[in-house]
Amino acid sequence: MAEAEFSTLVEVSLRVNGERVSRRVEARRHLIDFLRLDLGLTGSHAGCEHGVCGACTVRVDGEIVRGCLTLAAQLDGADVWTIEGLSDTGEVRDLQQAFVARNALQCGYCTPGMLATCADLLERSPAPSRAEIREHISGNYCRCTGYEAIIDAVETVAAARRAATGQVAIGQATIGETAE
Amino acid sequence: MIAKPAIPDVLREPGPGIGKPLSRVDGPLKVTGQARYAAEFNVPGLVHGYIVSSTITKGRITRIDTAAALRRPGVLHVFTHENRPHVAWFDRKWKDEDAPSGSPFRPLYDDRIVHAMQPVALVVAETFEAAREGARLVQVEYEAEPHETDLAARRHEAFTPGKEKGGFEPPPKPRGDPDRALAEAAVKVDVEYVQPTEHHNPMEMHGSTVVYNDDGTLTVHDKTQGAPNSHSWVCSVFGLSKSAVRVISPFVGGAFGSGLRPQHQLFMAVMAALQLKRSVRVELSRPQMFTFGHRPPTIQRVALGAAPDGTLQAMIHEAVQESSQFENYVEIVVNWSGQQYRCDNVRLDYKLARLDVFTPLDMRAPGAATGVPAIEMAMDELAHALRMDPVELRLRNYTDRDPNQDKPFSSKELRACFAQGAERFGWSRRNPQPRSMREGRQLIGWGVASGVWDAMQGQADARATLGIDGHLVVASATADIGTGTYTVMSQIAAGTLGLPIGNVTFKLGDSALPMAPIEGGSWTVSSVGSAVLAACERVRGRLYKLAAKMEGAPLGKAKPADMVLTDGHVALAADPARRVPIAEVMRSGGVLAIEEEARSVPYYVKRAQHTLATHSAVFAEVRVDEDLGTVQVSRIVSAVAAGRIINPKTAGSQVMGGVVMGIGMALEEETFMDHGLGRYMNHDLAEYHVPVNADIGSIDVIFVDEHDEVVNPLGAKGVGEIGIVGVPAAIANAVFHATGVRVRELPITLDKVLAGLSRRSAA
Ligand code: FES
Ligand code: FES
Repeated sequence: MAEAEFSTLVEVSLRVNGERVSRRVEARRHLIDFLRLDLGLTGSHAGCEHGVCGACTVRVDGEIVRGCLTLAAQLDGADVWTIEGLSDTGEVRDLQQAFVARNALQCGYCTPGMLATCADLLERSPAPSRAEIREHISGNYCRCTGYEAIIDAVETVAAARRAATGQVAIGQATIGETAE
Repeated sequence: MIAKPAIPDVLREPGPGIGKPLSRVDGPLKVTGQARYAAEFNVPGLVHGYIVSSTITKGRITRIDTAAALRRPGVLHVFTHENRPHVAWFDRKWKDEDAPSGSPFRPLYDDRIVHAMQPVALVVAETFEAAREGARLVQVEYEAEPHETDLAARRHEAFTPGKEKGGFEPPPKPRGDPDRALAEAAVKVDVEYVQPTEHHNPMEMHGSTVVYNDDGTLTVHDKTQGAPNSHSWVCSVFGLSKSAVRVISPFVGGAFGSGLRPQHQLFMAVMAALQLKRSVRVELSRPQMFTFGHRPPTIQRVALGAAPDGTLQAMIHEAVQESSQFENYVEIVVNWSGQQYRCDNVRLDYKLARLDVFTPLDMRAPGAATGVPAIEMAMDELAHALRMDPVELRLRNYTDRDPNQDKPFSSKELRACFAQGAERFGWSRRNPQPRSMREGRQLIGWGVASGVWDAMQGQADARATLGIDGHLVVASATADIGTGTYTVMSQIAAGTLGLPIGNVTFKLGDSALPMAPIEGGSWTVSSVGSAVLAACERVRGRLYKLAAKMEGAPLGKAKPADMVLTDGHVALAADPARRVPIAEVMRSGGVLAIEEEARSVPYYVKRAQHTLATHSAVFAEVRVDEDLGTVQVSRIVSAVAAGRIINPKTAGSQVMGGVVMGIGMALEEETFMDHGLGRYMNHDLAEYHVPVNADIGSIDVIFVDEHDEVVNPLGAKGVGEIGIVGVPAAIANAVFHATGVRVRELPITLDKVLAGLSRRSAA
């Protein structure tokens, strides 16, 4: 009984990086393996396989999730974005450029997940302090860089985005915010 | 179906060359997810292998039943010691470039179990999930034997190893009469330090994808720090000709030493591909990342005696370290102590104890990250006993000659490291009294320590090919594990030939390229960089000759010695305005490409007359919560002298990464062994703690000017290891300064701090 159920295939239809995808997947296949193996989107990585390191972070329906803790079968109708799609749309280009310019990566294995998490932070909080940046991305491990450059990169991008939207930075606050 | 993203425009700094803070050239591929790691090469028909790990630590397999696994849909084959294909018999066939003396481990070789979670079977299936499920269904019965995994229990049976491995130097003979000098010294410390097992834990797990080609040859995508090392090992173990295998490894998701030897997944994937004639991928799970090598636990005694003015009179440094039952893993642990300080009475001793564990493996600054913290913590204890500033004590005993070998250093700017680091940190404002700084319930402490690492070099080859279009391709089989090899080598090449960095492509991580040694020990810039320089210099020489012979003599009677290469032109050194484009030089010489290969060989003679080392001075500020015992490192300043810095941006990043790993060593990292079971208990990333962002304060890296003409033609010593070495002791010393509590067993976790604090208040 249990044997037959275990390898049951599940039909899922979802959007990945803006494109419709329909697949029959093993019920037990994780999102991270679905992306890497079924779709060839190898930009998302697995580091710990149990939700602590953040290497597998991708965006599902506007929220960042752990690809290693999500089953592909759960995602019927979902809207999934990976580093490949985020690169295509240019949405995180400034973050990517800042990561390169600041050397916020070495081996690069943590980087796609780190970028997804940083993008999420900047969406929620346009003027994060260094402490807030650290806190928000502490669920994304990096074994190489020593973190410092990642904070620098995020800080730079946050300031540049504020400048571009006409908000003037004063310390950690912005005029836009204080006026509220 | 999913389109390839475009590479974003990177901020490319203008100008090529050595010493510029260029952004890494592989950055765009990595930030867009296009860099492919070993387990990311998907080919049609790929099948997956999953390793079954033993549940006992020592003994033998009495029965192994694969029937249930084979019945699972999708499972193709189960390999065990009973049905594995033929492999090499002689030990020497199993030796890789980084193997110490002994008998290398052979997966699935026979029924013997020699360490916990030893691979005992490989299940291969059509899908990863089916393979993993099949692995759970393999039934293995064992006959267990008693094991010993506790270093403390075996320390008195330890033995003195010989020169078990290249790069290892046994401790020098004792000098003077250290025991007597210690007994007679006015001020002394005599203490023991304990360091735990650590695991490398790069973020990428070890994986190999072996592509079985139509002609029966193998293309192996391996996570390794040396494609040639994996290549020759596979050929030797499976009896294959060199041309039947190619190992490729363009991107590696961190390693820190874990990729210096071929790991289990490589053997398994190659074995399965050969037998099944299919492409196979095997990845280790994170728990299996704890089954093939680690920084060994170490117990050290350090005894120091000094005159009241701080002059060292006696030094005894003894270390006992873990090795396996089957190989003699060795690292230099104690020698640095005798090299760093002037002292007439010195005994350095290093021993190994055999335990039922897998053989340890070089992990970032192997040996130095273990031995140097011990002597540097002891120096701090001595400074406190002397009521002397710890920087002053180190300068009092400073030496410009290596007392171990009685040779001069090729260069040693450690004094400048202390001066510049202290200045940046504000060390002069330090009150020497422990517990003298606080903010509310937080005790604040400042500590210092020095670091040292060898400046090594090996032989390496490189090939440079300059096309008439001005594009230069340079190649060597070395690796880039995130360290910046692609970038730094491109810079050396661009600088030598006066080309924009964008005109240079560097190729690495391929066993078909010119030979390079494994990437480790901070020697890649020195070894491969020197080969790149030599190959490009040959190309340059040929260009000059062609330019001298050009029709119409646009450079007059200039000889090669009068020429320079700048900005894509051959120019007159004396009058750079007189110049000819490289393409024109090549066209008039009738060549479409200039290709040169060169081997770099260390300056053996000059090197033998010197001691070559990188140095650092590390200053740390910690905040210790008096009630909770938690330690936060709020500031680190690391001043490093490592010869010429080819790229301050990538080198600075190396040092920062080393600093953070040093914070891990000081405060967090420890693989716990349950000695009853002989197994590691916290073999995953939730329980093996590595520093995360919230654990880090500010990190400031200074590169001190250092000129060195002995180390290699580049004058560069390498920076991969030095970043970590001084950090654990600087933090431990800062914790003492904050709290008055000396924790001599790393990592300094809150339970140890609290125990010390309550002992203090009781006393
Ligand atoms: S692999 Fe998903 S959090 Fe680590
Ligand atoms: S860059 Fe290697 S893990 Fe972050």
